[in-house]
This record gives sequence, structure tokens and C-alpha cells, in this order.
Amino acid sequence: MQQPGRAAEIKAIGIGKSFGSFRALDNLSLNIGRGEFLTLLGPSGSGKTTFLMILAGFVQPSQGKLLSDGTDITDRPAEQRAAGMVFQGYALFPHMSVEANIAFPLKVRKKSAADIKKRVGEMIERVGLIGHEKKLPSQLSGGQQQRVALARALVFEPGVLLLDEPFSALDKSLRGQMQAEMKRLHQETGTTFVFVTHDQSEALALSSRVAIFNHGKLLQVGAPDEVYDRPDNRFVAEFLGEINMLPLKGVRPADNGSTGLCEDRAVSMHCKAEKVRGDAILAIRPEHMSIAREAAVGENGIAATAIASTYLGAATKLDLTTRQGAKVTVSVPNEVAAAALSKGNSVWLTWPAEKGFLLPDGGQ
Amino acid sequence: MRGVLSDRMGAALLMAPLLLFLVLAYAWPFLGVVKWSFTLPTPGLGQYQALLTDDLVQSVFIRTLRIAAIVTVVSVAAAYAITVVWVRGSPAQRLVAEFCILVPFWISVLTRAFGWVALLSNRGLINTWLQSIGFISEPLALVRNEFGVIVGMTHFLIPFAVFPLASAMRSLDDRVLLAARGLGSSRMRTFWTVFVPMTRSGIIGSALIVFVFSLGFFVTPAILGGGRSVMIAELIYLRIFQSPDWGLGAAISVVLVLFVGALMALLFRYVRPKQLI
Repeated sequence: MQQPGRAAEIKAIGIGKSFGSFRALDNLSLNIGRGEFLTLLGPSGSGKTTFLMILAGFVQPSQGKLLSDGTDITDRPAEQRAAGMVFQGYALFPHMSVEANIAFPLKVRKKSAADIKKRVGEMIERVGLIGHEKKLPSQLSGGQQQRVALARALVFEPGVLLLDEPFSALDKSLRGQMQAEMKRLHQETGTTFVFVTHDQSEALALSSRVAIFNHGKLLQVGAPDEVYDRPDNRFVAEFLGEINMLPLKGVRPADNGSTGLCEDRAVSMHCKAEKVRGDAILAIRPEHMSIAREAAVGENGIAATAIASTYLGAATKLDLTTRQGAKVTVSVPNEVAAAALSKGNSVWLTWPAEKGFLLPDGGQ
Repeated sequence: MRGVLSDRMGAALLMAPLLLFLVLAYAWPFLGVVKWSFTLPTPGLGQYQALLTDDLVQSVFIRTLRIAAIVTVVSVAAAYAITVVWVRGSPAQRLVAEFCILVPFWISVLTRAFGWVALLSNRGLINTWLQSIGFISEPLALVRNEFGVIVGMTHFLIPFAVFPLASAMRSLDDRVLLAARGLGSSRMRTFWTVFVPMTRSGIIGSALIVFVFSLGFFVTPAILGGGRSVMIAELIYLRIFQSPDWGLGAAISVVLVLFVGALMALLFRYVRPKQLI
């Protein structure tokens, strides 16, 4: 974080934080790569914001160490770390113009007036605020304030940019626009971005890696497709999107992954049955299941009855019940859903072996 | 509509006793004072002309403005420091600050003025102590002059200066201060370039309240000034009860009320009443 213009690499080692008897973060270790876009995802109170505040230097960890490019910065105060930070609600200086807000970090660093003018001008152009230089934050729209906050946090070329739910106050269309803009800024600056959100679709859309938090613990870190398609546990699986869970019996390793019995029918998975043996949960995303007249021998399938449908425009969400009473939701083309419902009797649900994954039975 | 109307009626009824009291005890008698200023001893603008030429009246006006200005600057600065501790300090610090702010309200202005006399007079605690440790040989002139008046008034007015400042500081978003530090600004720099400018409305409100209060001060200057540092209110009293020159006293009152009225109008242009509590 100390060398401007160069993306920082951050290592968190065994970070813990307690507020009184509340354990906000528990033994968290995480490497944030140079120039990566890492999203900290989790419900409120999961510890993701506490971790961001520890990275910024606003909160002192109770245990653990923080390294930036190999240097221990655990005890370094926020103003000396100088990570760029965008706050929820932007936290702009209300008494300063757009220009003065963006110039603030440069003035603090005692840059020359000419240098400040040049860099502020470039930043204003880059975030599309030309013509708003002299306005006060209160005269700007939410999206424009957001841009000022981004410009102010990036103008001094910090090694890392920390973003605390920056889009939570924006409406949906503006959100999409700002997300695209932030992705562009990430590519242009090459800086390490650490982004906090509780919105899983935002996390999947923006990040190079996603770190999922719950109850102060880091549950899983990985690329978006990795955590979505191969979650380590039930919480991650459910938090990242809708998922069907079917009870599985007799799980054991097989040649090409693992096999088990799902409602008395043999099914196979490509994933290995490493931690789970015997009883387990088979998890499949709704969009990976399809409706068929029947399942061929050796194909993964389960019999079910369609009970309700929700029209979503591009597709239909179909709710079904299996013979043993498990509830399943699938996302299928509209005409398939209509046909399945009109028949009123049993259909088959099928899925490719590589799309089903195993979760431990019961627990989180 | 009916709900709004009855709410308004209710509010008017609740305020009525106070309004009635103000009209009967202040506004109505004051109209009498206005009348005196134009009729005593002879009808006309004579007293107002006298105001412009009377050296004593003018020197008292200037002294009053000077004392009020000094008291305002010192009170607001001191109140600012106390308020920072009260609003942003640790729980223990807050308790101490709150105590310091509230206790003066329980002690009458008269008691406090005599308390300062006991402390500041030639044979008071401070002079006696300074002499006993050999720091000074002659007592310092700490009271019965402008200095004593300023000390006493500042002491009285600091708690009043606290509330508008506290209101401004409480409404300040902490994240803005964090943002400044996160952008590399030291605590000191953050205080002067972000915290103080963001509490500007509180400073204006606090300064105007103290200034307006100071202009009309009577008891404290009368006791601590010892007749040598007369301020406007005391001058009015002297003109009406001692010289008796009711017409001139009335004219000074009218000018003072108009001046204070203009300042209050200025205050409410910059600060909403809600920000003052």
C-alpha cells in the first residue's frame, strides 16, 4: 500500500476480532493477489465489513497479522496505509466542491498545485464528471456522488482500493451502469480492488475471486464459477443462488468421481466423495436440471410431479415434488413447463453428472 | 385536513400561555418604552440625536461591542473544546464534560459573579496565593475592570455556546472523518479541514447566541465591573433609576432591541432553529 501507482499484494494471517464477547472475525487467513478484484460476500454481520475496516486500518485486529507487499502493516494507522476507500453513502466532504474533494488526498500529500490540477482534471474526465467541477456534493445525483467517491479514492494511485457496499443506495439500472464502470476502472488502473457486498449476483458479475463469509468465518474463496458450481458447503451453495438438495444414500467413490442412491436410483457425480461417505446431500442448480419423458439407464434422473410454475419471461420456474417428497425447482424453457404441467402426471428430472455436487448431510 | 387543523389548534393552545406572557410582560411595556423615547422630556427625536452626540453613551456602546466580541470568541472556542469531548469522548470523558456543562445552570448568575469577586479581588484567592508563593509583590488588577467582566461573562455563557455546537457535531457523519483519514490526512489536519468546516452552522449559531446574550448583560458587568466598566444594560438602568433621564434610557433600549433583532434575523438566515438545540 505504500508505493503509489503499483498494485499491492496483501496477506492476512490468522486475523481475529472480538467486540466484547462478540466474535466478529475468527482466525481468517487470506491472500489478496496483486491487481485482483476480490469480493467479500456475506450476509450482514458476517464479518466482511469488519475485515475491510481492518484492511483500511480503521479497526485494529485482536489477533493476527497483516502484510502488504511483505511488510507488516498490522499496527500502521489508517492515514499512513492510505488505501483508497469508497464508503457506503460515499462520505464525501459536504463543504467542498467536487474538485476539492478529489484534490484532498493530493493536497494532504503536498503535491504541487500544477500536479494537483492536472491529476484532478484527468480523474474528472475519466469518471465523466466534466462540467460538475465546482458543484457541491449535495447538488449531485447519487450516481455522480458515487463517481466523485471513486475518483477521490483513486486519484492518489493507491495500491489497493477498498469499497464498502458502494452501490447499495443506487437504483437497479444505475447499479448496472456503475458496476460496468468500476470494472473498467479496475482494468485501467490495474489496482487491487477489495469490494464488500451482500449481493451475490453483483459479486459473481464483478470479481476475479469471491470470498464468502458467515458468522465471522471465511467459508470459501474462489473464482465466481468455482464457488457457484463447486461450493464447499451448504451455506455457500445456498447463498450464491437457488439450489436443489436431494438426500443421497450409499455414497462411495467410483471410477470417474462418485456414485450414490437417490430415491432408490443410482446416480453418478464427477466430484470426488472425499469428505462424505454414506449419507450426503446431492446439490444441483435449477438451471442445470431438465425435464424429460424418461431417464435412460445410466443417466442421472429422478421421477417427480410438477405442481406449480412461475413465468419469468425468458424462462419458467417450475416447482416439482419427487416421489419421496423432496421439493425441487427447475428453470426450463416456457413450452416445456407448460407441457409438464398439462400432463399432470409424472415427469423425469435429469442432470449431467458434472453438474451435481456433494455436500455433507445435515450440517452447514 | 381536519387532523392538520386540529394539530395546529393544539399547538397554538400549548403555546398560548407563553405568547400571552410575552405580550403582557414584554411587548406591551416595551411599547411604553418606545413611547417615552419619543416623548420625554419633550416630544420629538431629541433623544436619538443626543445618542449620536453623547460621548458617554457612545463609549459605553463601543465598550459593550468590544466586550461582547471578546466574550464571544473566548466562549465559543472554549465551548468547542468542551463539546468535542462531550460528543466524541470516551464514556468517562463525556460524563465529566456533561457535569461541567450542566452544573453552572444550577447556580444563579449572582452567586457566580460574587464567586468570581472572591477569586479575583485584590485580597481574593488568586492574588493571595500568587503573593504567598512570591510570584507577584503587588496584587494584580483582576476585577472591577473589563478583564473581570470578560471572565465572569465567559464563564456564564460557555454552557449556552455548547448546545448549538453539540447539535452540529452530533449530526456529523463519522464516515466522512474516517474517509479523510483513509485518504492520508492526519488527525490534526482532519480536524481543521473537515471537522471544523462541517460544524460551521453550529459555530455561527453559537457565536450569535453568545454575542446577543452579551449585549444585554447586566448583573455580571455591574458586579465584576465595579462601576468602571459600564455596559449598555447598566447604562440604561442608571439613566432610568438614578439620573433620572427616562427619555435617553428609553432611546438606548430601543436601539439595543433593534440591533439584537437585526442580529437574530441574521442568525436565522444562516441557521435553522432546530440546529440550535
